[in-house]
Amino acid sequence: MEIPAARNPVDVLREAFGEAVAYVKEFRDETTIVVDSALATEVLDFLRASPGLVYNMLSDVSAVDYYPDDYGKDFDGQDGDYRPERFAVSYHLLSMLYNRRLRVKFFAVEDDPRLPTATMIFPAANWLEREIADMMGIVFEGHADQRRLLMPDNWYGHPHRRDYPLGKETVAFSFNEAEISKHKPFATD
Amino acid sequence: MAVATPPQPIEEQRRWEGSLDQLRGLVSERAITGETMLLNMGPHHPSTHGVLRLLLELDGEQIVSCLPDIGFLHTGIEKSIEDKTYEIALPLTDRMDYLSPMSNNMAYAAAVEKLLDLEVPERGQIIRVVCLELARCASHLVWLGTHAIDMGAMSVLLYAFRERERVLGMFEMLSGQRMMSSYIRPGGVWRDVPDDFLPTVKQFLNDFPAKVDDYEALLTQNPIWKDRAQGVGVIEPDVALAYGLTGPALRGSGVNWDLRKAQPYSGYETYDFNVPLGEHGDVYDRYLIRIHEFRESMKILNQAVARLETVKGPYRSQNHKYCPPLRSELGQSMEAVIHHFKLWTYGYDAPDDEIYNAIESPRGEIGCYIHGTGANKPRRVHFKTPSFIHISALPVMAKGYLLADMVAIIGSVDIVLGDCDR
Repeated sequence: MEIPAARNPVDVLREAFGEAVAYVKEFRDETTIVVDSALATEVLDFLRASPGLVYNMLSDVSAVDYYPDDYGKDFDGQDGDYRPERFAVSYHLLSMLYNRRLRVKFFAVEDDPRLPTATMIFPAANWLEREIADMMGIVFEGHADQRRLLMPDNWYGHPHRRDYPLGKETVAFSFNEAEISKHKPFATD
Repeated sequence: MAVATPPQPIEEQRRWEGSLDQLRGLVSERAITGETMLLNMGPHHPSTHGVLRLLLELDGEQIVSCLPDIGFLHTGIEKSIEDKTYEIALPLTDRMDYLSPMSNNMAYAAAVEKLLDLEVPERGQIIRVVCLELARCASHLVWLGTHAIDMGAMSVLLYAFRERERVLGMFEMLSGQRMMSSYIRPGGVWRDVPDDFLPTVKQFLNDFPAKVDDYEALLTQNPIWKDRAQGVGVIEPDVALAYGLTGPALRGSGVNWDLRKAQPYSGYETYDFNVPLGEHGDVYDRYLIRIHEFRESMKILNQAVARLETVKGPYRSQNHKYCPPLRSELGQSMEAVIHHFKLWTYGYDAPDDEIYNAIESPRGEIGCYIHGTGANKPRRVHFKTPSFIHISALPVMAKGYLLADMVAIIGSVDIVLGDCDR
């Protein structure tokens, strides 16, 4: 079987999605493409299925929080990074056929962070997205299982946010649970 | 004097029937009506290799669906790293996958090196390869022992742990610690190998192949073992890829993908070794692959040890902005004192940018995503760990098999809950 020649994902995406490709960056031989989050599902499916790209495996999904002031109008990609919103979610794709990786990045707004789920395209995204929803508080619309993954079901807050305090956390058992929540200011908000 | 508990009121007994509603959509409707049985397995079950809880839906003995519940070992390592400098955060990575800490160290150190654009000298790379392959042997030995004991072969554990002790002894020689070694660090390794290390490794390489043959004699052609393992937990290659399996679990389905070959790091491209592949994607093939990986690791170790005898030179980067100067230099060079002080008080700045780096651990791909801040602490560190992905794929592998096969399937994907929960 003849393998189609590898194509540059940036060019192909620009051709197919035009203005939706907001920003492209190269750092340490890694390509990052920032795409409009409304098109997340289409873009990921396109990257998986197009000949010459075939990003057939999802390696990782990771989220980053640019709190307090490392995002906004000043970060427009002119000199430095492109960060219009507070939260970013990166999908690390791997093409085994062409042996290369690609990072596709979507931004989510601070007030109500929402992104479409990629579980229909990559089943591997199931728990990776649930982890982000749990730890970073980004809602993945359409995800079949929206329970918390790592933290207890009754936990308040999203620990990986940068404004979540990193401090001493007493281990909660049923006998001291009420006592602990009494001393947590944010747990009763 | 024992007091008989009064019978609970009926409402109390029925109370948690209502909570089945939470599971609507996650288990089949037959479970809600009570036609199939819901059974808790774990978190204290010895065959779950740690604290994994599985909610199994059973039709007779057959598994209809399986809901893994994790998080019991979640220790907030990723969050803690955000408050530490790059070098100081390293010992935390030991505690993720506690059966092969060297691989975690490597995943983290390689990612930091990529972020800093830091080169590792050749001798450092060879020492790393020796450590990584020894860690692979130690990790596979634990897997072999516990997997066999899960399936009823009690004696293999004792033999496997006997050899594992020798590997842990070598780690102690290198780092002073048997398990939480923190030996591989950004820029190279902590120190050069001690004089008696190489003879010990050579002695081990001399003895170990015969021991692997012993394990095989106990298991490979054992009819009970074959009955329990063959045709169980089958996962097709395309399903394995879709669910993101890596390492022996993916190669067991016949997909030729090993990061040591495909995207070599630490000089793996210069070693001669093969990647064993399975055919059927069942428990037995995953077992055979790990057994063959012992032999391939021996091949790599033999080559690396031979190189270590000839290649001399620095074992960590000589860029003292990122790696400490030798202790002996501190008495002679003011520059060295400044570097030493700066490194151990402030650390170093890393660019405000992001990288993802993956290595092949004994279990599969460990990826490390680091986003710097431009200062000495990272904004975000995320570990993509193989156990996490493999447990999320357990429902696919277990569906339709018997309850007793569940322990075989869990054992065959080789999970570590510290690795999964982080």
